[in-house]
Amino acid sequence: MTINTLNRRQFIAGTGALTVYLALPGVRANAAIATQASRLALKPDQLSTYISINQDGSAVGWVGKIDMGQGTDVGWIKMIAEELDLPPERVSMVQGHTDVTVDQGGASGSTGIWKAGAALRNAAAEARRVLVEMAAEKLGAPAERLTVVDGVVSDKSDPAKKVGYGELIGGRHFDIELEWNHEFGNELLVKGKAKLKSPSEFKTVGKAGTRRRDVPQKVLGTHDYMVDVKVPGMLHGRIIRPPVAGAVPIAIDESSVKDIPGVQVVWQKAFIGLVAPKEWDAIKAAKALKVTWSEVKPPFAGNASLYDHIRAAPVAKKDEETKVGDVEQAFAKAAKVVEATYEWPFHSHAPMAPACGVADVRDSEAFVWTGSQKPHHCREGVSKMLGLHEEKVHVTSVTGPGSYGRNDAGDVTMDAVVLSRAVGRPVRVQGMRHEGHGWDPKAPASIHISRAAVDREGKVTAWYFETKAFSRREFFRDEGSPERTLAGQLLDWPLKPVWLFGLPGESYGFAARQKVSTTIPPLLDRASPLRSSHMRDPGGPQMHYAVESFMDELALATNMDPVAFRLRYLENPRDKAVIMAAAEKANWQPRVGARKQANGNILTGQGIAYAVRGETRVAVIAEVEVDRTTAAVWARRFVVAHDCGQIIAPDLLRLTIEGNIVQTSSRALKEEVMFDQKNVTSVDWETYPIIDIKDAPETIDIILIDHPEIPPGGAGESASRPTPAALANAIFDATGIRLRQAPFTPARLKAGLA
Amino acid sequence: MAHIELNVNGRTQAIEADGDMPLLYALRGDLNMHDPRFGCGLGQCGACTVLLDGEAVRSCQLRLDAIGTRKITTLGGIGTAEHPHKVQAAFIEEQVPQCGYCLNGWVMTTVALLEKNPRPSDKEIREALTGLKCRCGTHTAILRAVKRAAQA
Repeated sequence: MTINTLNRRQFIAGTGALTVYLALPGVRANAAIATQASRLALKPDQLSTYISINQDGSAVGWVGKIDMGQGTDVGWIKMIAEELDLPPERVSMVQGHTDVTVDQGGASGSTGIWKAGAALRNAAAEARRVLVEMAAEKLGAPAERLTVVDGVVSDKSDPAKKVGYGELIGGRHFDIELEWNHEFGNELLVKGKAKLKSPSEFKTVGKAGTRRRDVPQKVLGTHDYMVDVKVPGMLHGRIIRPPVAGAVPIAIDESSVKDIPGVQVVWQKAFIGLVAPKEWDAIKAAKALKVTWSEVKPPFAGNASLYDHIRAAPVAKKDEETKVGDVEQAFAKAAKVVEATYEWPFHSHAPMAPACGVADVRDSEAFVWTGSQKPHHCREGVSKMLGLHEEKVHVTSVTGPGSYGRNDAGDVTMDAVVLSRAVGRPVRVQGMRHEGHGWDPKAPASIHISRAAVDREGKVTAWYFETKAFSRREFFRDEGSPERTLAGQLLDWPLKPVWLFGLPGESYGFAARQKVSTTIPPLLDRASPLRSSHMRDPGGPQMHYAVESFMDELALATNMDPVAFRLRYLENPRDKAVIMAAAEKANWQPRVGARKQANGNILTGQGIAYAVRGETRVAVIAEVEVDRTTAAVWARRFVVAHDCGQIIAPDLLRLTIEGNIVQTSSRALKEEVMFDQKNVTSVDWETYPIIDIKDAPETIDIILIDHPEIPPGGAGESASRPTPAALANAIFDATGIRLRQAPFTPARLKAGLA
Repeated sequence: MAHIELNVNGRTQAIEADGDMPLLYALRGDLNMHDPRFGCGLGQCGACTVLLDGEAVRSCQLRLDAIGTRKITTLGGIGTAEHPHKVQAAFIEEQVPQCGYCLNGWVMTTVALLEKNPRPSDKEIREALTGLKCRCGTHTAILRAVKRAAQA
């Protein structure tokens, strides 16, 4: 798709520009938006910022977040349609474009429905209120007597008196101020004077049968992805990375690429890239370019000593701590102390393709297309890099090859910006596979120490939980400043690391309890292939692998069944409810310790784990088969009980949960970033294996617990939390082997099975 | 540079390109097509899959000078919105994709599988599709869709 770039005024002003606007990939607009006329200036406290009505009476929701393939957009549509009394087919969404949506944090923290949904719902309700008032004036009837069906307002006592939304406001904008909480990002919330509908009135929210709008195009091959963005005059760029992490270029022999047509090399400080008119030529040139790198001491000690390193490393910051009761005294009086440490490696986001980004940097303006989850942060970072006002940087988010947090998309976009600035032409940078795996930001490696005091009666009286980990925000959680990108780090922007890992979410009510999170410095502080960042449920799968494995260990130490143990100590009734629901569905048989059930060469086991994330709680029961000979683990069945408050789109929620379960199984069973002293060595799908269809579960049974009276929590990541522990506990039940180090590979199991 | 003719989705098109360039770059670059996608360039993921005389192949591993007159079919070439291929219809019905970037591999390999084995067992499906990658974890939905397509 060829794109014309245009400025913001054209974007949102005259109707002539709208045709061009629709041509932009990634906007995911439909024809309904073509009739959308100008909106007021984009202000967070304006109704028109979130909702507009077309002349045909259909509605558009505008949101500074993006769906990443779970159907969040359809969830918003249902919420908006519900409050506006429109059929969902007559509502569409515009997502994440920085010129036409406010900063709502991008895709982040499972807050799409949870937080942006709340804002959009409030805005839609206010829009309906205003439309009914306008109708009251037009029809000469009091607002209380009016009713709305499918966007048509009519007089209950004289149904012939009616007027449609399109006639009332279509083509004009709302000029209504909303109450705004003065937050941007995920926390942005607005509300009007309107009263929200009660769940008993819902026609679409919570009802099944929701279809995603992007699915047919994706299956038919007509959906535009980031890789499909083409700008006139665009050159193809590639970035040159050092063989030894931390090395910087000291000489470049440009004659090594002189035979490849149109190659230009860009060398700025430690940043080297090149561009060529044809992509294949850029690839060849990137391979051929001779660079002399500085001699540096190999910065890493390699995988084998990763956990020793973490144990010995100085603490950069104790980033979070909670404490209840007298923990020290409980341990001093304990009849028995149970202790275990769990270890989790670095993970790669490893999207389906290495990232791609396009930038067209001009003297006083820049146009950027990104696969990043966070277009507004991308704009912030690019504007700082270029010294341009944010208004002069126009960022369109376009579907990437999967995004599970802060992956390589933010980096490659900044690479394109730096190259475009240098060569004065639009540049598209596409990473190669080894760069995607090798140089994407990693989910942090961690160790988790768990200790409990048990009294003479076998009651747990105290629990101490300590995480020691690389920060999950080593360079923050987004690309909102140049030093948070590889390019910015290579161009010497001062580093501003953030030390954070975080605490687990659960409601174990042991009388005394203390949870501590500590973070350690990075292995290499600048432009590291092991720099760590957010990956789907940042920290969650790691911490809960430890917490919930330990709860099973404690159950055994106190002669209890794992389900009964959890029900005894958990305090929140919703937490207990997910555990009971999952146990019932899975026909959980109470047991103390490993059952080691065997069927010939196959050992079978069942394990439970649970976690809370924000307002959502999930219990997962895994059923595994372990091959005694190969030590291979097949997670054959999962039972999931999921409570995220009010459910908006149950069928899409089920698919989202399935994705979480399968992806996190992959992480727990297979994934580990490998590195030697010089660099990351797991650089493709052979060296960084993920789950294969041969190992996909046979069944995932999902129980959705709906609470229409409780506002929806997030669901994008929650089911990822308990999955690794459910697997580890099932493997224990099958084999009696307690795996305290992930991933649960045959190599780790084999010794114990022999 | 060589003059190369490619038969893509029933149309013969000529390009000037190096013979050692992989087909993927000709389809995406020279012919401006979007439906085969670059995923790894190593033949490890399947995002670039096309049918070559009905066989599912990884276009990132196929040199232009090795193709000859064989017929290339891409994801967009097997069906349309009005007349989707039965495999596409099943993937839509099951709402399979999340990001959807990997779909070429799954859909095209399934098309090739069902040509040879119209009623595959669960095990045969898994074996035929092994090696393809999906990072979003939609494998269970893929299995449902393939079974649905086989019954269509």
